Amino acid sequence: MAPLSHPLSVSVRKKLFPAVGMRSEILVLKDVSFTVEPGSFVVITGPSGCGKSTLLNIIAGLDKDYEGKIDFGDSGQRIAYVFQAPRLLPWRTVYENIALVLPPGDPRLANIPELLERVGLKDAATAYPEMISLGMQRRAALARAFILEPEFLLMDEPFVSLDDPTAQSLRELLVELWSRRPTTVLFVTHDRAEAVMLATRILRLSGGNASIVEDVPVPLSVADRLNRDKVQAEQRRIFGNG
Amino acid sequence: MLQVVKAPAQRIRLGHVGWTLISLLALVAIWEVSALIAASRYLPGPWTVIQVMVREAQAGELWSNIAATLIRVAFSFVVAMFIGSAIGVALGRNPGADRFFDAWLIFFLNLPALVIIVLCYIWFGLTEVAAVTAVAVNKIPNVAVTMREGTRSLSKDLEEMAQIYHLGWWKTLRHVTVPQLAPYFAAAARSGLALVWKIVLVVEAFGRSDGVGHQLNIAFQLFDVPMILAYALAFIIVVQLIEMLILHPLMSRANKWRR
Repeated sequence: MAPLSHPLSVSVRKKLFPAVGMRSEILVLKDVSFTVEPGSFVVITGPSGCGKSTLLNIIAGLDKDYEGKIDFGDSGQRIAYVFQAPRLLPWRTVYENIALVLPPGDPRLANIPELLERVGLKDAATAYPEMISLGMQRRAALARAFILEPEFLLMDEPFVSLDDPTAQSLRELLVELWSRRPTTVLFVTHDRAEAVMLATRILRLSGGNASIVEDVPVPLSVADRLNRDKVQAEQRRIFGNG
Repeated sequence: MLQVVKAPAQRIRLGHVGWTLISLLALVAIWEVSALIAASRYLPGPWTVIQVMVREAQAGELWSNIAATLIRVAFSFVVAMFIGSAIGVALGRNPGADRFFDAWLIFFLNLPALVIIVLCYIWFGLTEVAAVTAVAVNKIPNVAVTMREGTRSLSKDLEEMAQIYHLGWWKTLRHVTVPQLAPYFAAAARSGLALVWKIVLVVEAFGRSDGVGHQLNIAFQLFDVPMILAYALAFIIVVQLIEMLILHPLMSRANKWRR
């Protein structure tokens, strides 16, 4: 297992969306600073449009137009990103999509069949993404992220637009994969139940030039997370009944 | 007692091939009837044309001329696809260059084929290079426009995915970029081939001493309509064979991932 010794420090002083046409520029993020301990599962939540995805893209290095600093320590920055859409290559099979992120001859290639079995895609390995359901595509995207054994895993609402049982089974899968191989996870969602079920820590962003308004730990065990009643009780404790 | 079971009336189902055959037969029939009515040596019937075709084939003329044309088509097609793609991708990736060169592209798109052919022969002489250049220059702007469209529509999502997962330039090109451009390339290739065939004939008629175009020009001077139709027919068959045997299998292989 890779050592998980590098805390991630995020400090975004200012992020603007430039003016377009008649619309003046928009302040999306303001003074968002936090440190992520290795091995923690941090869920960033907040109203939609508050800049959660923007923050994730800044951390991922996809968006470089901001004021501030993202520091991964001296880690090799092995980052995986599970996007809102699966972003699989439609012209490559499920297996090929996963193998693609590894260099040729990498020993981790041998782990793909086992991982595919664990995410329930054993029989879909040779299928093309457009021929399988969205839920299965999302499983493939998860597998692609986990095969890298990343130090940092970024996830941007990876289970939206799925029916509830499918989304729930994917969350359970994520809890299982994460508990087997602890990784530092940054997970964006607007779904509070999902946040409580997955997070060891929740960061809540405010709407409109977002900054952090709440930072709460979620002290649930892995078994508790798979229990809906326990998750609901914890959700009430953290967010109240509102 | 012997019972005769009558088979239910079977509806005749025709496949794609069946319909094509019937449609072609209808065309030949109309041609035959028109030829009979016209009874003119300027509108020979299908049978006369086929006889001329066989005679030309036996003499070897047909093959050598078609081969000469095919080689010119192949050369100018490859040159046009290569240069056109390079220009198209460059313009698609670089909005500044696109703004500047867009007017040039429109200029060349609207330059009549005949003008390009005549100028190439005047500037470079009645040579093979001039012929191939003329055809390629006619085709390059179309390829460039199609490939520019393809490059503009490249998915930002997949590009980011490739960046996050450190795919590197070669893997990104091979697995992410090229498959996205492939449909545009195929479209450019198909329409390109159709255009190149026609322009090669004109180029040959003007300034080459072999090829189908040259042969048609001679037949025109003699008002030899059976010869014109015989070459046209042979040419159509060759083009269709290339479509069916090369382009079609390539396309269906490239599209097997689609739903």
